Amino acid sequence: MIREYWWKILCFILLMYTCTMGFLVEIPSLDGRMQQTVRNLFFHVPMWFCMQTLFIVSVIYAIRYLRNPNPRYDYYSLEFARTGVVFGLLGLVTGAIWANYQWGAPWSGDPKQNGAAIAILIYLAYFVLRGSLTDIDKRSRIGAVYNIFAFAMLFPTIWILPRLTESLHPGGQGSEGNPGLNPNDTTAAMEMVFLPAIIGWILLGVWIASLRTRLRIITEKKLAHE
Amino acid sequence: MANGSAKHIITLIKKDLLLEIRQQYTFYGVLLYVASTIFVVYLSMGQPEEDVWNALFWVIQLFVCVNAVAKSFLQDSKGRMLYYYSVAGARDFILSKLAFNAMLMMLMSLLSLFVFTVLLGNPLIHVLDFIGISFLGGIGLSLIFTFLAAIAAKAQQQAALMAIMGFPIIIPQLLLLGRIAKASFSPVLQAGLWQMVLLLVGLDLLIILLAVILFPFLWKD
Repeated sequence: MIREYWWKILCFILLMYTCTMGFLVEIPSLDGRMQQTVRNLFFHVPMWFCMQTLFIVSVIYAIRYLRNPNPRYDYYSLEFARTGVVFGLLGLVTGAIWANYQWGAPWSGDPKQNGAAIAILIYLAYFVLRGSLTDIDKRSRIGAVYNIFAFAMLFPTIWILPRLTESLHPGGQGSEGNPGLNPNDTTAAMEMVFLPAIIGWILLGVWIASLRTRLRIITEKKLAHE
Repeated sequence: MANGSAKHIITLIKKDLLLEIRQQYTFYGVLLYVASTIFVVYLSMGQPEEDVWNALFWVIQLFVCVNAVAKSFLQDSKGRMLYYYSVAGARDFILSKLAFNAMLMMLMSLLSLFVFTVLLGNPLIHVLDFIGISFLGGIGLSLIFTFLAAIAAKAQQQAALMAIMGFPIIIPQLLLLGRIAKASFSPVLQAGLWQMVLLLVGLDLLIILLAVILFPFLWKD
C-alpha cells in the first residue's frame, strides 16, 4: 500500500485544497476576537494530528522490532519519530506566530505549549540515546525500549493533564471542546476545510517519513555490499 | 511458580540491602547530598514562602532520586548480572530493583522532609498528608528513574543520559505532585484531588507493567 501512488495524489489534492480554501473559506466573525487568524486552524492544528499519528506509527514499529528484530522495522521507527518531531516543531512555530498576535506573546506558558515542548524534548532524548550507543543491534533494541516507554509516559500525560488545568487553548478546565477544536467557534464550512486539512497533512507526514525510510534502507544495503 | 518468584524477589532485595549496608559510603553519600543541597538552598533563600517551599521540595527530590537510583545497575559486574539472570530471571530482577529503590526513595523523602522542616521552616498544615504524598512521589520518581537507569546502564555517559531522558519524562509527574501537595498547605480541601492521586497511582502501575514487559529486552546481550 505504501508504494502505491493514489494516496500521494490524494495528499497533493487535499493540501492544494487546504492551501486555497483555507484562505478563501467564509469564517464567522466571532465578536471580533479571532478575526482572520482563525484560519490558522487549518495549518496549526493538523500539525499535532500529524505528529501524533507519526509517533503512534513509530511506537508500533518499535513493538514490532522487539517481537522480531528486523532492522527494517527499526528504520521505520526512527524515521517516523524524526518526521514527527519536525511536525511537532512546525506546530510549535505556527502556534507561536499566531499567539504573538492573539495572546500578545509567542510563549505564554500555556499547559499545552509546555506539553508539546516536553513531547519534543522526550523524542530528542530518543535520538541522543541512540547516538550514544555504538553497537547497531543494541542501539535498535534499546532505542525501541525507550521509544515504547517514552510513548507510554508521554501520551497519557498530554492527553489528560492539560484538561485538568486552565488553559488558553480550547479543551482546558472550564472551557468546552477537546484540545483540537472549539465547537462554538467552528462552522460547517470551516470543518469542510479542516477535515481534509488533517488528512492531507497526515498523508504528507507519512509520505516524507516513508521516503526517508526507503532512502535509509537503500543506503544501508549499499553499505552492506561494499 | 508465583511462590518461587516472590522468594527470588525477596532474596534479591535482601542482597541489595546487604550491599547497601556493607558499602555504606554510597548511602551516606546520598544522605550528604540531600543535606548539603538543602543547606545551599537555605543559605541562598532563607525560609521561603509555601509555594516556593513546595516547588523546591520536589525539585530536590528529583535530584536526590537521580543520585540515589542511578547507581543501582552499576554496582554489579557483568558476570554477576549473568548469574542473577540465570538464577532468578529478568522479571524478578527488575521487580526487586523497583521495590528496593522505592523503599530507598521513601526513606530519602522522609529524611529530606525532616531537613527541610529544620532548615527551611514548616509551612505545612497537614503534615501527615504531606508525608503520604511525598512517599507517593518518591515511589513514582524511583520507578521511572530505575527503569531509565536500566536503559542508561547500556550506554556511555550514563549520568548525562539519565538527565536527558529523565527530566522531560518526569515533568508531568512533578507538576501533578506539586499540585496534589498544595492540598497540605491549605485548610480547605481542593477539588479533584482524588482524581489526581488516582492518576498518579495509575501512572505508577503503568510504569511497573512496562518495566516488567520491557526489561527482558534490555537484558538480551
